[in-house]
Amino acid sequence: MSTHTMQATTTADDFIVREDHHPENGTLLGFWLYLMSDCLIFAVLFAVFAVLGGNYAAGPAPKDLFELELVAVNTAMLLFSSITYGFAMLEMQRNRIRPTLLWLGVTGLFGLAFLGIELYEFHHLIHIGAGPQRSAFLSAFFTLVGTHGLHVTFGIIWLVTLMVQVGRHGLNTANRRRLNCLSLFWHFLDVIWIGVFTFVYLMGVLR
Amino acid sequence: MSSANPYLDAHGQDTRNVHGHDDGHGDHDGAAHGSFKGYVTGFVLSVILTAIPFWLVMDEVLPSKQATVAIILAFALVQVFVHMVYFLHMNTKSEGGWNMLALIFTLVLVLITFSGSLWVMYHMNENMMPLSIHEAKNLP
Repeated sequence: MSTHTMQATTTADDFIVREDHHPENGTLLGFWLYLMSDCLIFAVLFAVFAVLGGNYAAGPAPKDLFELELVAVNTAMLLFSSITYGFAMLEMQRNRIRPTLLWLGVTGLFGLAFLGIELYEFHHLIHIGAGPQRSAFLSAFFTLVGTHGLHVTFGIIWLVTLMVQVGRHGLNTANRRRLNCLSLFWHFLDVIWIGVFTFVYLMGVLR
Repeated sequence: MSSANPYLDAHGQDTRNVHGHDDGHGDHDGAAHGSFKGYVTGFVLSVILTAIPFWLVMDEVLPSKQATVAIILAFALVQVFVHMVYFLHMNTKSEGGWNMLALIFTLVLVLITFSGSLWVMYHMNENMMPLSIHEAKNLP
């Protein structure tokens, strides 16, 4: 750098954000903000269900359609997958690749079981003529629960991707960051499901 | 796989050093870590907080539907809180408080969206007077 530009350089330096001022885990904060925006999507879908949930168009009501035993099993699957993901994170902190992969695999299987039960329920509902086009209530139901199921689907795809990544490159810094993000995503989906089983299924049957 | 282990250990050490350098807050800054006890506590609480609402609704324990609704909503709120603390490791210090700020901001928006929609749509339904039989008969 030549001497006559030095004045300009020092002035410009005042405006440069140094690396030190970056948060250590900026990705995690960014991912949290994404989850909050996702939370808004679900809030809107919940509001739609709250408004339209009583419009049966002379069709079936929640009491005629929902099997709470099935929903309880589904809830258990998601809850189990939450704690097994937690165990995977604990193994990650101990730097043990194989147990991490094992618990991630178990988490994926519970996720698949959840999806399987949900798809069975959807298929059953559509088969008996209670598809999304039957009434406003069912449109809102399929949109809300389907959006959650779609999130779980993408979560499983992400999980498998990360298992391959960890298997190939081990628990390096990048993979740890990714596993932390997926942890937030996975537990967040379980939080949304609390709202779904309470607001849609239990309160629907009570309606 | 075992040949890669020393390299990984070194990496693990690296991350920990970065953590130590981080404001001296220790483990609970940035990527918050859980503990085995924490996860199990969260799981057991969640199972209890899930089982009771299902039992209340499936066995029709309470005679009043309003009371049942109020109780299961309260259980859901508590369970969301349990998940936030034990699974998502939320606290007021994570990411220098920005996590909590974003959460509070989102919750305010959720509250406005949800109650606003219900309020407006309820009144719209009220104001849409249904046709009387007489009117329906004389439709053009």
